[in-house]
Amino acid sequence: MTGVIGCGVVLASFVLSIMVFLQVKDGHSQVVDYFNFINVGDLKISFAFQLDQLSSLFLLIITGVGFLIHVYSISYMQEENPGQFGRYFSFLNLFIFSMLLLVMGANYVIMFIGWEGVGLCSYLLIGYWFKNNEFNKAANKAFIMNRIGDLAFLIALFWLIAKIGTVSYSEVFSATNLARLKSSDITIITLLLFTGAAGKSAQIPLYTWLPDAMAGPTPVSALIHAATMVTAGIYMIARSNALYSLSQISMNVVAITGLATAILAATIALKQNDIKKVLAYSTVSQLGYMFLALGVGAYSAGVFHVMTHAFFKALLFLAAGSVIHAMGGEQDIRKMGGLSKKIKITYITFLIGCIAIAGIPPFSGFFSKDAILLAVFEHNKILYVIALLGALLTAFYMFRLLFIVFTGAFRGTDEQKDHTHESPGAMTIPMIILAILSVLGGLVGIPEVFMHGGDKLTAFLAPVIPLQAGEIVSHNTELILMAISSLLVIGVVVFAWFLFRKTRFSESKGLGKVLENKWYVDELYEKIFVKPLNKLGAFFNSVFERSVIDDLVNGVGRLVNYGSRQLRLLQSGQVGSYVLLMVVSMVLIFILQFFIRK
Amino acid sequence: MPINYYIFLSLALFCIGIVGVLTRRNAIIIFMCIEIMLNAVNLLLVAFSKMHHLKNAAINATAGTDGQIFVFFIMVVAAAEVSVGLAIIVMMYRNIHSVDVNFLNRLKH
Amino acid sequence: MNITQIIFWILSVVALFSALMVITARNPVYSVLWLIATFFSISGHYILLNAQFLAIVNIIVYAGAIMVLFLFVIMLMNLNKESEPRKHRLLKLAGAVSGGSLLLVLVAALRDTDLKHEHALVNEGNIGLIQNLGKELFSTYTVPFEISSVLFLSAMVGAVVIGKKE
Repeated sequence: MTGVIGCGVVLASFVLSIMVFLQVKDGHSQVVDYFNFINVGDLKISFAFQLDQLSSLFLLIITGVGFLIHVYSISYMQEENPGQFGRYFSFLNLFIFSMLLLVMGANYVIMFIGWEGVGLCSYLLIGYWFKNNEFNKAANKAFIMNRIGDLAFLIALFWLIAKIGTVSYSEVFSATNLARLKSSDITIITLLLFTGAAGKSAQIPLYTWLPDAMAGPTPVSALIHAATMVTAGIYMIARSNALYSLSQISMNVVAITGLATAILAATIALKQNDIKKVLAYSTVSQLGYMFLALGVGAYSAGVFHVMTHAFFKALLFLAAGSVIHAMGGEQDIRKMGGLSKKIKITYITFLIGCIAIAGIPPFSGFFSKDAILLAVFEHNKILYVIALLGALLTAFYMFRLLFIVFTGAFRGTDEQKDHTHESPGAMTIPMIILAILSVLGGLVGIPEVFMHGGDKLTAFLAPVIPLQAGEIVSHNTELILMAISSLLVIGVVVFAWFLFRKTRFSESKGLGKVLENKWYVDELYEKIFVKPLNKLGAFFNSVFERSVIDDLVNGVGRLVNYGSRQLRLLQSGQVGSYVLLMVVSMVLIFILQFFIRK
Repeated sequence: MPINYYIFLSLALFCIGIVGVLTRRNAIIIFMCIEIMLNAVNLLLVAFSKMHHLKNAAINATAGTDGQIFVFFIMVVAAAEVSVGLAIIVMMYRNIHSVDVNFLNRLKH
Repeated sequence: MNITQIIFWILSVVALFSALMVITARNPVYSVLWLIATFFSISGHYILLNAQFLAIVNIIVYAGAIMVLFLFVIMLMNLNKESEPRKHRLLKLAGAVSGGSLLLVLVAALRDTDLKHEHALVNEGNIGLIQNLGKELFSTYTVPFEISSVLFLSAMVGAVVIGKKE
């Protein structure tokens, strides 16, 4: 029953989202103003929703993929006791709600409410199994990392309010207001917003929470990675494209951070042995691509990748959940292998996901990734080479995962071997639907070179995201680039097949060990930030708290005590002293009246 | 006579009354000081009344009468006040055998 | 300096001196007597201002009735000796200083008011005569006059109730 309600409301939202989408498609974008939310001095912030091309697209992704994940969750979480089950679904629904609020808000403040909402929900869901202290730590980490970004976002909001006194999109992006902003202000605001986005969308240096967020149930990971949360940062920057386009510095920072994240996360993913960790780093890497696209001004390509990524990453996570389910909770890929025959549907869907993410035509990932690579190529050739390298790494680690898990010999215990079974329909059907979407999702953005007017998505988003006039690459060059990247990817896949068909696991050495330990970034953060902060906290606790705060508080109490004891002497009950005081006060009042107020 | 003379004379009398209230402890003398203050005010009222009369006699032959009527009423109230006040002092003397106001510190409790 | 001014100054000095004596005399009986002197000098001022009715009422009511009542109470309680315990010297000083500073502040404040050039009519004017006041009192102020009789009645009842032995 809980599950039916939980899924039903999301399904209803999905249906409504489709209706909204159809309206918007006919050109009925609108801002719905509900009431005056904050009214301070000249600052007026209304509680308003904006339904336009960008938000309606995100609505579809969030509710559509969210609904499939909800359905999957019913089956995946059925072993939980009913109370916990209810808690899980209420968090899940709140998550969707916050995300919808985030994308529908017509100003940055409403977006911020949703922004905080998803932060809270991610904390609740990552720490869903709160009895395990490690999971609680992961939840805390996610929350704190997000807080850092949120602070930057908040400062950006204040900056906007201080400079132009409004936060509503339509007003901020109006030509007059943009003209009023100095270019240094725009750079600062956009960089602060990007810091916020980096926190939410797991970019360097705030990405470490996302891999740890695997502590939550697998469908939650799917939700965080595909439909909600991490896409918030992309949405925010795509929404603010008018601001970003005015600051070349910010654009470069976004592009380079995105690319660095993409490569760093891809290298880490090469050596991870936890099925969910690999997928998590792959998400970080793909998010890096999206930021790279935003950074080179290809906003619609970034949004396109958000969409296709939502399909195949949700699919991969759900399939991974299905594998974990089949293995009875085992997540270590070294103990899997040869699963392709036992869980066929999962295998096929996972394979489709891998092909899609690797960018092999004509699957969806190919189109979106190609759009990004093309935009990068137009922008800067060196970045293009690095980005292409990242794409090859992606293909490599994804197929490594696929081959290790599904081919070769089974390496688990005998008990697991007998137990292994295909998941029930409630889990496989969402996977199949997502698999179909992963195959076909790219067709909304066919490049010009194959089909005239095939890039429907960019055309659809054009009212919100103006087309960028960049260096136009000739169709021949474009075809050559596509052929190169596709062939290289396929080559890498074949290479991975030879490497991992028969897997031998040995202790990693040298660079491998560094990669396995994620470049020691967590340890570095521990040393640089966590330990000194802990020390500082301990210092404040032992010295500052005891000697300053305590004394201050007690001192106030003592002062009041002393003062009241002195004041009590005034209340002597002697009529004479009262009269004397009365006369003295009269004198003072007269002095005030006659001499000072003049 | 300049009105300022009357103002300062009344002020002086009034302040003498206040100083008396502040410095003496005998309830009866405090009471008498209050009478001095009342009389100072009365004198000032009469002086103002005559000043008013001097200014406005041409318009109104009886201008300033109100001031003196007021003084009359103040005297009425003062007489009533004295009778009640002395009754209170008598009762106080009967109870604590003193008219020292410092013994009247029950306000504290 | 004409005769009116001379009388004004004499009366003022007498009033201030006797008022000072009221608050400085040790013996309450002397205080009462000095107070009567004050009242007489104030009555003199009233006559100077040609407020004859008030002058007479002042002497009859204050100097006559009220002061006799005071004397009566003092004699009745046998307080006619220097029985008052000394107050703290400091408190006395504080009282005198604060009273003095009040005088100082008020004098300083009123020294140059708009009234500086106004004068009070002395020796002349008939508003203070009983004819005018009586007419006014029994026409315009009839109601307050009658109510004051009620005030007297209640004061009398109050005095009897408070003064009677329980």
